[in-house]
Amino acid sequence: MNEKHTKPEKAVQIILILISVLFITVMLIFPLFSVIINALKKGFSFYLSALSTEYVLSALKVTLLATGITLLVNTFFGVIASFTLTKYHFRGKQILTTLIDIPFSISPVIAGLSYIMLFGSLGIAKPLLDRIGAFLGTDIQIVFALPGVVLATIFVTFPFVSREIIPVLNQQGSEEEEAAALMGAGFFTIFRKVTFPHMKWSMIYGMILCASRALGEFGAVSALSKTRGQTFTLPLEIDALYLSGTADSIVASFAVSSILVLISILILILRNLFEYRAKKG
Amino acid sequence: MYVQLEDINKTFGDYKVSDHISIEIEKGKLVALLGPSGSGKTTILRMIAGLETPDSGKIFINEKLVNDISPAKRGIGFLFQNYALFRYMTVYQNIAFGLKVKKIPKKQIRERISELISLTGLDGLEKRYPSELSGGQKQRVAFARALAPEPDLLLLDEPFAAIDAKVRSELRSWLREMIHRIGITSIFVTHDQDEAVEVADQIIITNKGRIEQTGTPKEIYKAPQTPFVSMFIGNPTIIKDYWKLQGFEKGNYEGAIIRPEFVEAFKSDNARFHKFIDCSDEGIITDILFRGNNLELKLDVGGVILTAHRSLERRPVSIGEKMRVIIYRIYAYDNEKTYLLENEELLKRDVDNTHLEAYLYSKEGYMIV
Repeated sequence: MNEKHTKPEKAVQIILILISVLFITVMLIFPLFSVIINALKKGFSFYLSALSTEYVLSALKVTLLATGITLLVNTFFGVIASFTLTKYHFRGKQILTTLIDIPFSISPVIAGLSYIMLFGSLGIAKPLLDRIGAFLGTDIQIVFALPGVVLATIFVTFPFVSREIIPVLNQQGSEEEEAAALMGAGFFTIFRKVTFPHMKWSMIYGMILCASRALGEFGAVSALSKTRGQTFTLPLEIDALYLSGTADSIVASFAVSSILVLISILILILRNLFEYRAKKG
Repeated sequence: MYVQLEDINKTFGDYKVSDHISIEIEKGKLVALLGPSGSGKTTILRMIAGLETPDSGKIFINEKLVNDISPAKRGIGFLFQNYALFRYMTVYQNIAFGLKVKKIPKKQIRERISELISLTGLDGLEKRYPSELSGGQKQRVAFARALAPEPDLLLLDEPFAAIDAKVRSELRSWLREMIHRIGITSIFVTHDQDEAVEVADQIIITNKGRIEQTGTPKEIYKAPQTPFVSMFIGNPTIIKDYWKLQGFEKGNYEGAIIRPEFVEAFKSDNARFHKFIDCSDEGIITDILFRGNNLELKLDVGGVILTAHRSLERRPVSIGEKMRVIIYRIYAYDNEKTYLLENEELLKRDVDNTHLEAYLYSKEGYMIV
């Protein structure tokens, strides 16, 4: 009786596995492979020279800089936000929790445009910026400059860290903190010795997700970055190379893409490693 | 009085968790706060600890008003329901935490911990993490950790709830003995009446944010004051038409409570009860449960199912068998109070005091004996 029952289920299982494998191969693995193959189409020396142009090096620098700052800022605020939202009870907590997720539900281009509206030459905050700039004796440029690129990246990747930490802290509850407080431990001792060990691995996991998204962000940055060789990030540079349309530039764009592909494979490996650690606690 | 609560009120939203609560606890006593879930007992404990703030009222510990004193300075050891052991610290580090925070010299910490480790029987487990301990061991660590800074008052929130039944009774007597040996004033919260009766010197019964009754386990058990207590304690059956039972007359009561130990069920040919047979009711056995050291009979007496215990030494009975049932006494209740009613006919007949359990007829209530 059992055999009759399991046989069709086995078939269903095989079919479902096949569909998944086929889909992933066609949609993900082939395209990524084609990037690598296309990148090396004109030989290894062409590949290297394509990567070492002034534009590409500048884009790499901007990308790494933006990612680095984003990572610092978002980790800092992510940890604070998740601690606040899980350990304290206050009015409006639910609203704040929802607000944190806005970047997930909004199109990145809109995020970029909203900064133009705010800080651009016609923006609401522009007079204020000018006054601060005059006071400091400099000209503060946000839109179409490096700060804009960084701001856009921060905006888009804001929820990643807190999203990973909040469920862990929620599950942990606050009894350990209460126990420590009853024994006379101060806030920083409690945070360092009790709370932080709980969130450590999920925080690192969140940082990895944040970094990989920051490296590849296109939409929000593209709205705020218009100068190739100065404020362009790698994804923008790839786009520019591809759009110039010559046979060489197209291969070059694949070469630059291959950097991002390699980085994402690296991140994928790290991610799996830390996801495992985070689950293990 | 060592711990004193004066007219404490506390609400969570619309819900009144503490409604004019006043409690007095003597030094050195082991006190149980007993009540169903949602009765406000844990809130009382947390307010004493300073983890919650009362809306109004005063809390004194050792004659000192502590309302505005931080939890850490109240001299309290607190055992959390799930122990709240620091998950990323070893047993040793857990116990040492409170001492380190107080900046006690390392050497003294080491001495104090080895003292506690041997007191709680945790030898050899110092380097383990909480996830590598059994429930009972975790409780011991939590206990040692709470005691490490030498508190004057120990508060325990459902200390046995997270432990499986097998180890629980063992831990109960362990904890009771431990607390008495150290002589620390202790208050524990529980919803389990057996636990409270077995462990505590004094029981405070809470219900709907109010104190229903305070007393020794014996007082609570034998002289319940309010309808709630009589229904909560023991293993009671509630009946409305108690006057239909032989030996009881209708009074100005809402109903009555019968505990298994108030019910005597015997076969109609039992010579010992021959004299009393006409103050008994007929009861049909509907179920028999084997309780190990006795039988629990379910008897249908005029439509009400009563529970009676039966010694295994007595003659066997079977389901469907007709028995004679005598009710020694009942607790009748109205809106506010509980009244002990003895079986009047039984009292009248028992002129030569032949009944096996003569003490039952003491006029001062049966708790005297």
